[in-house]
Amino acid sequence: MANSYYDPADLRKFGNITEWSEELGTKFFDYYGKVFEEGALSAREKSLIALAVAHVVKCPYCIDAYTKDGLQRGITKEEMMEAVHAGAAIESGATLVHGVQMMNKYNKLSM
Amino acid sequence: MSQSILPELKKAAKKSLKARDGALASVNAQLEILNGSLFSDGELPYFKDKIAPYGHFPLKPKKLEILQINVGYMCNQVCEHCHVDAGPDRKEIMTKETMLQCLEVIRNTGAHTLDLTGGAPEMNPNFRWFVEEAAKAGIQDFIVRSNLTIIRANKKYHDLPEFFKKHNVHVVSSMPHYTRGKTDKQRGDGVFDKSIEALKQLNSVGYGMPGSNLQLDLVYNPSGAFLPGDQAALEKDFKNALDEDFGIQFHELFAITNLPISRFLDYLVASENYEDYMYALVEAFNPAAVANVMCTNTISVSWDGWLYDCDFNQMLDLKVAGKIKHIKAYNEEVLNNREIVISQHCYGCTAGAGSSCQGTVA
Repeated sequence: MANSYYDPADLRKFGNITEWSEELGTKFFDYYGKVFEEGALSAREKSLIALAVAHVVKCPYCIDAYTKDGLQRGITKEEMMEAVHAGAAIESGATLVHGVQMMNKYNKLSM
Repeated sequence: MSQSILPELKKAAKKSLKARDGALASVNAQLEILNGSLFSDGELPYFKDKIAPYGHFPLKPKKLEILQINVGYMCNQVCEHCHVDAGPDRKEIMTKETMLQCLEVIRNTGAHTLDLTGGAPEMNPNFRWFVEEAAKAGIQDFIVRSNLTIIRANKKYHDLPEFFKKHNVHVVSSMPHYTRGKTDKQRGDGVFDKSIEALKQLNSVGYGMPGSNLQLDLVYNPSGAFLPGDQAALEKDFKNALDEDFGIQFHELFAITNLPISRFLDYLVASENYEDYMYALVEAFNPAAVANVMCTNTISVSWDGWLYDCDFNQMLDLKVAGKIKHIKAYNEEVLNNREIVISQHCYGCTAGAGSSCQGTVA
């Protein structure tokens, strides 16, 4: 057993999850593949969204995968960092907007 | 003092691996890695075992279409990914005598394409004479692989666009990215600006313009340990960016995978990317690409006249199998019956949409 929860080499084995549940695994990978095809959004735009989400959900595998995917698509490091900031801004905004709840509660409890 | 968590930006090398006495300047050292434990331990399959189930082993040529001649390893640039290990310090230059032997072959070949490469082929002192003589043979498609900066490197090269035009040469040029940073990191400081100037000059004589029969194509190599993305999508991005930023036009973009040999292999090993890169190549193996891999329609000739299945095998000194190994004994019929020499670097040509000197193949 590895002595760490995350091993970069495990990313290559992602497909193996299908071995223990073929139907669900196959459905997931079909869906996943379809999502990232060219559509109303380009595959390039979706790659940047995936990179931003990868950071927000703090998935090291996804960060490795979508940094590489961006490089392959010729996406620049400036574009990648802006995407990460977009994700970070939403995440910090999600924290800060709860400040309104705190203010409401404070006001309600205060004379 | 503030400390950066980022590694210091590496300066581009000024010398070839050979001149630096790099361990991987040795062909044997490279082959040792390509046949090493990653494959001998069965972690990844050997290339021959991967292609055998599809009926492609031994790999055999189809009809010869492309005669590719490397006129020397000297170059004005020292690109980090160069599979030739080319540079200003390389002295391997094709002599006029070998060129005469090549011309004899060019006049009689059944190939429809002649492809001159290097190094910077223009640095061979007999380059212009060779092009003039070769053009007389009337080959359908006459390619010169020009690195662009050579056109701006020295006054004596400034008129190359007119020279190419005069002989109806098809120009294929390297351009790793449409942004300055990525280009200069791979190819050296200042390369981007010089390349842009050279492209404008080529455009001004008619190269690459819409509807022009002066063909100008660009070659894209990934600037790192990753595979090229979709060729059509990259072409679209390159076209939009180069037109919008500089008003530059070109015809096609060829996306070429970096093969794990020479300076690129050195980079992969030094940056600890070798294993992941080989996994990526093997995982992206596409049987449809094997059927059209370029060694099945190409013969590569080295500066000293030896024959190879491709330019990559040339750099690994894996000469063609069979009795005829040199241009002086060239016999197309015999060569067309040879078995192609393969190793694990060949995965580079069969990954994804495949890769050749003409871009994707599948």
